[in-house]
Amino acid sequence: MKVSVKYFASVREALGKGAETFDTSAPTLDALRDELIARGDAYAQALARGKSVRMAIDQVMSDGKAALTEGSEVAFFPPVTGG
Amino acid sequence: MPAPRVSIQAEDFNLADEIAALRKIDKRVGAVCSFVGTVRGANEGNNGPPVLSMELEHYPGMTEKSIEAMIDEAHRRFDIFGARVVHRIGLLQPADQIMMVAVTSAHRGESFKACEFLMDYLKTQAPFWKKEQTPQGAQWVDARATDDAALERWGIAAGNA
Repeated sequence: MKVSVKYFASVREALGKGAETFDTSAPTLDALRDELIARGDAYAQALARGKSVRMAIDQVMSDGKAALTEGSEVAFFPPVTGG
Repeated sequence: MPAPRVSIQAEDFNLADEIAALRKIDKRVGAVCSFVGTVRGANEGNNGPPVLSMELEHYPGMTEKSIEAMIDEAHRRFDIFGARVVHRIGLLQPADQIMMVAVTSAHRGESFKACEFLMDYLKTQAPFWKKEQTPQGAQWVDARATDDAALERWGIAAGNA
């Protein structure tokens, strides 16, 4: 299925891009994160397990077990610091 | 068209104008509580390096959606008439206004509570990120565990810092 993935703040800077769209068979957010980590280099560092990375599906904060569906908008970003 | 409850903008805002607009919505209003966050010129109790400027990034779409949901939740929890959130993005200077929350109710108690609730919620759940420019270079601001604890007082797990 096709997903669009967005990156923000320090994650965006580490990856050198703010968005990409690709095909994946990852059923969950955690699985997608692992797939990106497996790309190595900047991805492995920016999204490493144990690192504080927050995730959203379709613009709602979600945990790693959340399911992906065709056309999902996924985002990876560091803890938020607004206000 | 009803007045917008959430605005994300580069421009500065005028608290008095925002409050005047919010009060007009309902003549039963007897209390207005507001909070304004501003850019500190230094952190760590003024002992940290000077903050030369601050850049605010956000997630367009999710920001508005998440804050709208927070205002809906405030309406469910508190006896309030209206709420307004304005948050700036882009490059800000020390002492600049960053954001505001204003809430109206019949009596002060509900406004005070709802205003603090919205701030605690926004701090850990709205997708904004601050980057400070200091003489030592630029650094992303770290999320604070105390902000997570502040939201948890309301029975909501923050899971941010």
